[in-house]
Amino acid sequence: MRIDVNAFLGRYAFRKVPGGSPASLLETMDRIGIDRAWLSNLSAIFWKDPTEGNSVVYLAAAQQPRFRPVPAVHPGLANWKNSLDEAVKREAPCVRADPSFYGVDPEGGEMRTLAGACGEVGLPLMMAVRLEDGRQRHPHDHAPELTPAAVRAIIRADSKVRLIVTHADREFIEQVHFGSTPQEAARILWDICWIWGPPEDHLALLLRTVGLERFTFGTGMPLRLPENSVAKLDLLEITPANRALVESGNLKAFRESDPGARR
Amino acid sequence: MTLVDVHAHFHYPGGSRADWAERNASRLAAGERIGITCHVASILGTWGRTSPTYFPSPDDVISGNDAMLALTRQHPGKIRSYACVNPNYTDHALEEISRGLAAGMIGIKLAASRRADHPLLDPICVAARQHGVPILQHIWQHRRKDWPGQEASDAVELCTLARRHPEVAFILAHIGGGGDWLHSLHAVRGVPNVYVDLSGSGVDGGMVETCLDAVGPGRMLWGADLTLDTGLAKLRYLTYLLSHEQIERIRWRNAAAIFPKDSFGAG
Repeated sequence: MRIDVNAFLGRYAFRKVPGGSPASLLETMDRIGIDRAWLSNLSAIFWKDPTEGNSVVYLAAAQQPRFRPVPAVHPGLANWKNSLDEAVKREAPCVRADPSFYGVDPEGGEMRTLAGACGEVGLPLMMAVRLEDGRQRHPHDHAPELTPAAVRAIIRADSKVRLIVTHADREFIEQVHFGSTPQEAARILWDICWIWGPPEDHLALLLRTVGLERFTFGTGMPLRLPENSVAKLDLLEITPANRALVESGNLKAFRESDPGARR
Repeated sequence: MTLVDVHAHFHYPGGSRADWAERNASRLAAGERIGITCHVASILGTWGRTSPTYFPSPDDVISGNDAMLALTRQHPGKIRSYACVNPNYTDHALEEISRGLAAGMIGIKLAASRRADHPLLDPICVAARQHGVPILQHIWQHRRKDWPGQEASDAVELCTLARRHPEVAFILAHIGGGGDWLHSLHAVRGVPNVYVDLSGSGVDGGMVETCLDAVGPGRMLWGADLTLDTGLAKLRYLTYLLSHEQIERIRWRNAAAIFPKDSFGAG
């Protein structure tokens, strides 16, 4: 079982990207060998109200059992808890927030409150460090990247908070992991899409130093070629059992690890 | 099946990395898994230890090229090499090119020591033409101003140089290596002696398709640079997009056409 927690439907605002429809996503999943994908709405990240894009991921998931919805919650909007309640009601595996794109302080009170509320209802909160390499972004794409300090602030906000952080590189992960207590670090799951393979071998190093159980499969498709996440596992010295943990087992354990036990 | 990585790097004890041996071993081991039959590689001076990586001193240029030649002797056929030179030291650069090519190097590597369209690069291009070897020019895609660490060089400047030297094959380094690759691909469309090297950590959706649209499979070269996993990903994606014959061009046939004859065996 290979589950991609980091897949997108929709269009990217700043350049042409092939794909983005449910049908093309399914075709890609078959090509790569991805069994299930957790879907976020790429278009909606840039909207004033990103929750207006949630209906798209709910609909896609309702029509295709290989999809799971990742709805957005904007903690700066009035009545944002309604979006969280709906996510619980519709059995979303997690919710996402992209604070710098929303114009919300990533480590401010609104995000910490959202994280705490997610913890209360037993849902992990997904956050992306970036969507593209900062060196190639559109001149009008100024939203800052998520910082390790912000992730540390959010994970410390409430002992029930659990985070799935995507698009993080080695340095980012190390700064959060070793800047957290073991109990805090255990409440974070990292996707592997932005971590370098050989010859620098950042992924191999992190599996040893941070712990294999802290990583899960993600691709960032269609903004990134999903072949990359498979390739870095293919080039890794890893047992089939441990590979299965990265591809889905760790995610399953993480979802079952709700520290609030209020599912 | 032949697979040539036109943009590889190695390390050595004289460089800045304490883990140089591990990194070299990792590159070769991953290369075996991927099926790389030849790594065409360079060492940029001492990788910053005693002079800046992109502004290597003449002494460091020699040190790095010596280490590169030693690696090619240790791995005959599996590793081939570029002579890395700093064009600010014209006489030294030309001597180093002659020395390196005589010892078996098959190309010239330019870092970012001088703008790619500067006249100081002309003598190096003349040498490349005389010896029949390509020039791999380090490029940060769409870099119109100087940033610390390296002098600006992007595709517009490389194409200006390439137009001055139409008989020389230029390799625009790592289209996925950072910066606005779309800007580069607009620049190289009408410059037939500039080849696009696919290496770099970037695996952006749409990048490979845009390369194909801009220069076609006849001017694309496979490479990895610092991330072999992204190189493998792009190679696998190409097999989804292209015919066997087209992929063969990108895997090695285009390289075989611009490097000296028999650089990669019979294919």
